[in-house]
Amino acid sequence: MLNYLAKRILAMIPLMLGITLITFVVIRLAPGEPVEAMTALSPKITAETRQRLREFYGLDKPLHVQYVTWLKKVATFDFGRSFAPDHRPVTDKIRERIPVTLSLNIIALILEFGLAIPIGVFAATHRDTLYDKGITVFVFLGFAVPTFWLALLLMYFFGVKLGWLPISGLHSLGSEGYSRLSWFGDLLKHLILPVSVATFGSLAGLSRYMRSTMLEVIRQDYITTARAKGLAERTVIYRHALRNALLPVITLLGFSLPGLIGGSVIFETIFAIPGMGQLFYQGVMARDYPLVMGILVIGAFLTLVGNLLADVCYAVADPRIRQGRG
Amino acid sequence: MALRESWFYTVFWRRFRHNRLAIAGGIVVLLLFLLSFLAPYITTWEPGAIDAYHVLLSPSPDHWFGTDELGRDVFTRVVYGARISLKVGFVSVGIAVAIGTVLGLVSGFYGGVVDTVIMRFVDIMLCFPTFFLILAVIAFLEPDIWYIMAIIGLTGWMGVARLVRAEVLSLRERDFVLAARALGASDLRIIFRHILPNAASPVLVSATLGVAGAILTESALSFLGIGVQPPTPSWGNILTAGKDYVEFAWWLSLFPGLAILVTVLAYNLLGEGIRDALDPRLNR
Repeated sequence: MLNYLAKRILAMIPLMLGITLITFVVIRLAPGEPVEAMTALSPKITAETRQRLREFYGLDKPLHVQYVTWLKKVATFDFGRSFAPDHRPVTDKIRERIPVTLSLNIIALILEFGLAIPIGVFAATHRDTLYDKGITVFVFLGFAVPTFWLALLLMYFFGVKLGWLPISGLHSLGSEGYSRLSWFGDLLKHLILPVSVATFGSLAGLSRYMRSTMLEVIRQDYITTARAKGLAERTVIYRHALRNALLPVITLLGFSLPGLIGGSVIFETIFAIPGMGQLFYQGVMARDYPLVMGILVIGAFLTLVGNLLADVCYAVADPRIRQGRG
Repeated sequence: MALRESWFYTVFWRRFRHNRLAIAGGIVVLLLFLLSFLAPYITTWEPGAIDAYHVLLSPSPDHWFGTDELGRDVFTRVVYGARISLKVGFVSVGIAVAIGTVLGLVSGFYGGVVDTVIMRFVDIMLCFPTFFLILAVIAFLEPDIWYIMAIIGLTGWMGVARLVRAEVLSLRERDFVLAARALGASDLRIIFRHILPNAASPVLVSATLGVAGAILTESALSFLGIGVQPPTPSWGNILTAGKDYVEFAWWLSLFPGLAILVTVLAYNLLGEGIRDALDPRLNR
């Protein structure tokens, strides 16, 4: 197991390098220049000052030199200082925002898997019934609904029309003065809409996937054997079939991460949640190069770690992989 | 070829025809094509005609979907918006399929170092939250629909590449390929005459589903204000106004959103239908 883990972590190094290289190339090849973007709003800045700024940020050096310099800093999680007026280190800015985005996404993930697995299993075991068909309709709708539109509709309905739920931010004004319990309740209330939107987005795909892997497993010989032994249907489904059907779903867990993080731009912008997605959107709009590069690298890195975790879970569940025979 | 054609008409069509949902999807897709080509004949309004006296009117026989904050007819703008989404869907998927097919073919056919390099590149690209990558590039460029289509395509080819590679790997050692090679066929001939036609069907399925995804991405970008720029109507940028006026004008939010929903649903149903008809294993 340790062997497997070490191998997997070593394999991440070239991927990490590739991620930084692509980030660097993509951002630096895009037209427009960081110093121009920084100084566009300051009419007093002369060409000479611009040149000095370029030297200060090392932007006058050849690209490959710049990349290596940047990479060395990135290796120590130093992404430089933001171009925003506060000039704070990018790492600090991201560190403040990650917990919000990550916990939102983890809650959404737990809900998603918690709902999708029973939905999928039930649809598979009740194939072609009205329930199964209803689920299929729901799944297709879930695929097709644009997240931001769903957010808009929910905001209108629950926020504006019914006035039940707050539609922006994470806390009410003046919530600092609340008791701990009502502070927490207030936070939960603010989370309902964004979490529902984030969950609904991928629930459809996951339930469908669960349904089809379950159908696949139910056809296997060992399920027939289990039934032939006279085991109760419940035991066959939940002890024999479900365990095997869950295996491929674990891998999906890792894959769904970039989508979740990417999707956070949309719902964090709509619901005004101070997370990484919102920070990224603001950074992109302000052409804050160090910030954008930092978030791209960290977003991809989180995905890598997510994939690693998924693979480790898979290895724990499937001894063939663990022992290198898979 | 005769065998393939007869297979297509008998087996494929027979299966596909019985999938009512897929047929419905196909009909909606055809209707959308008609709608975007015949847009000027379908509605009597101009998509950009501003009318300060008829701002934010609710739906009526005159304005089926109401009017927006500048008095423009929302139905007309939704109809013209279909043009944008069709264009974005097909061009960006075309780019993604072209890149993915070429890289997948090369990777699977030549194997070895080439394969490793290409597949690691795919792994790396898959690590990026795609929407972040698209946003980063688009915001640094001049807003232009061709850039948007190019970038959606450039960030969406990885699935196709993996699919084609897997298909090539399974076809490469098959008897008919070995026979062609024994007869002295060149690599290019084997790839284009023998392998590509056989790998085409999974690519077709993923392209159909890809159109749906590209339309969703474009509408999200336009909604955020960095996609298709006003005054050109796109479903996403109509919704931007919908968000600002959500308290007074529900019709501004409802109809463009429904248009996206129906379109994406139609492409998904069509794609799934093609998949089921091509691969009956999944459906049994």
